[in-house]
Amino acid sequence: MTTVESDNAIAASLHRTEARWGERVIAAWMFLAALVAVVITAGIVLALIGPTIQFFQEVSVTRFFSTEPWAPNFKPDGFGVLRLVTGTLAIVLYSCVIALPAGLAAALYMNEYASTRARKILKPVLEVLEGVPTVVYGLFAVFFVGPLLQRFWPESIPGKFGETPGFQFVLAAGLVLGIMIIPTVASVAQDAMAAIPRGLREAAYGLGSTRMQVATKVVVPSALSGIMAGFVLGLSRAVGETMVVLMAAGAVASLSLWPNDPVLTMTAYIGRTSTGDISTGSTAYFTVFAVGALLFVITLIINLISIRLVNKFREAYE
Amino acid sequence: MATSKRTTMAVDAAKATTQKLYKSGVDIKGELFRAVLLLSIIVAVGMLGSLIAYVIWRGWDRLDWNLFVNNPSSIFLDTAGFAPAIVGTIYVMLGVLVTVVPIGVSAAIYLEEYADRTRWYNRLVEVNIQNLAAVPSIVFGILGLAFVVRGWLNLGFVAFAGSLTLAMMVLPTVIIASREAIRAVPPLIRQASYGLGATRWQTIRHNVLPAATPGIITGTILAMSRAIGETAPLLLVGATTFVLFTPESPFEGAYSAIPVQIFQWAARPQDEFRILAAAGAIVLLVLLLAMNSVAIWIRARLTKDT
Repeated sequence: MTTVESDNAIAASLHRTEARWGERVIAAWMFLAALVAVVITAGIVLALIGPTIQFFQEVSVTRFFSTEPWAPNFKPDGFGVLRLVTGTLAIVLYSCVIALPAGLAAALYMNEYASTRARKILKPVLEVLEGVPTVVYGLFAVFFVGPLLQRFWPESIPGKFGETPGFQFVLAAGLVLGIMIIPTVASVAQDAMAAIPRGLREAAYGLGSTRMQVATKVVVPSALSGIMAGFVLGLSRAVGETMVVLMAAGAVASLSLWPNDPVLTMTAYIGRTSTGDISTGSTAYFTVFAVGALLFVITLIINLISIRLVNKFREAYE
Repeated sequence: MATSKRTTMAVDAAKATTQKLYKSGVDIKGELFRAVLLLSIIVAVGMLGSLIAYVIWRGWDRLDWNLFVNNPSSIFLDTAGFAPAIVGTIYVMLGVLVTVVPIGVSAAIYLEEYADRTRWYNRLVEVNIQNLAAVPSIVFGILGLAFVVRGWLNLGFVAFAGSLTLAMMVLPTVIIASREAIRAVPPLIRQASYGLGATRWQTIRHNVLPAATPGIITGTILAMSRAIGETAPLLLVGATTFVLFTPESPFEGAYSAIPVQIFQWAARPQDEFRILAAAGAIVLLVLLLAMNSVAIWIRARLTKDT
């Protein structure tokens, strides 16, 4: 890198001495284009903060962060957002139980076991899987996976678990969402695994390790921060996903983590409310922004953790 | 530090191996492990297979010409189509293309060719892009509702408002992909250009950009394919009404889009609407598959050359 920089310095010293205004204008335009990303973030914060403050002037913070019934459009009204948070938590729980281990396993197989030819086929297939629109996954969850689970529900189990679920329930959405996130987790984790220096792997093989030992004792520990970044990104997608949850998870703000109960998540509430008729300036209208602000803060924290982890694994081997 | 970590790792592996060396025969545990890993890929790919099979099985009967040329209808269910949604999607996507490509590519050029990475404001831009890439899509819908539909731009519920909302959403994807393409251009090409007395912009315009174009196109197609299937933000910026007629232009009239139309059909109780939704999903999947194939093909050609 040092030679490149010094070469650039020589090149820079060769530039003509009088100003080329066109060049400056172009450079300024490009800087402005890069600033757009900052403007968008600022726009999101601005868009959320005003209505959220107005919301909290009408509803107290303690009422918002409580488990009272969720009914912003009804009389008597209720604003217990913890019910929506619980709904999101239930979805995250069932989807991540599937997506995180399976994503790691898929990455390990692709990086350590698959032949070059198999990898050339598998990677595009997983990319296509990542590109399928969420509305199609939603369709699949509500009309195919849901009824299928209903038919084969383990009713022999006593108690709440043995009750056959209704038309829409957490597990149908969580299952489909979980499989939907596998490629996301797998591709980030595999990038980290591919960045491990060959020598590390070859040293272990040279000492007589089996493939499984190399995979579990060398590859996973060395790529750990990248794998964690993949996990966190998967988590963030599960929290922020709207369509599958809106279509297949039901619409009851129940305070439940049971797989056979319907739930309402934060994203589904925003999607559902904006689809219906809602008058601007009403408390219910501000509720959308308040829930959106909470969602943004939660995902922001998750993303910042993920960014830190990704930068860490980049620093480790580059 | 790094050496000691590597050493301990190698010693651990060696220890485990010497313990194993005394046993002989097939490595049952290893084979089981491999089978479990393979299973998770099969589950993911099997899901894709069953999803496609299900959609085709449900929607095949309504995949006729009427679907593409007729307007949606609540009465003539057998001949209803989603022509307005197709036109709406074309309007929305054209709007995304003309806004996101110039801004995204310019930002990528700035970050790769001009920016001094030690400066705080450049770091701020980078963290912002990384974060925006993972903001939930529905939050962009709220942003679009507050500042594009109402607020500063005050466009109203028109197709171009949908375009701007989706453009903000996929901007990070375009920037990240374009940066990778620009970074992949060998430094020697730049130095040769500088050596011949070219200015920085001349070098970018005539040497860097042509070499990076295939990568930029691939990234743009992938970003567009993400935008075309996105539903949630469009629900907030107006593509919700049951649009019976084609909007006159991107700047006036109510609009719909293919994924939004699918969502609305799926929400209705009658079975005919669900079949229509599945037929619409086939159209969307074929469209996406075509876009992704082109992108993957360009990338495959690209990696073969170098």
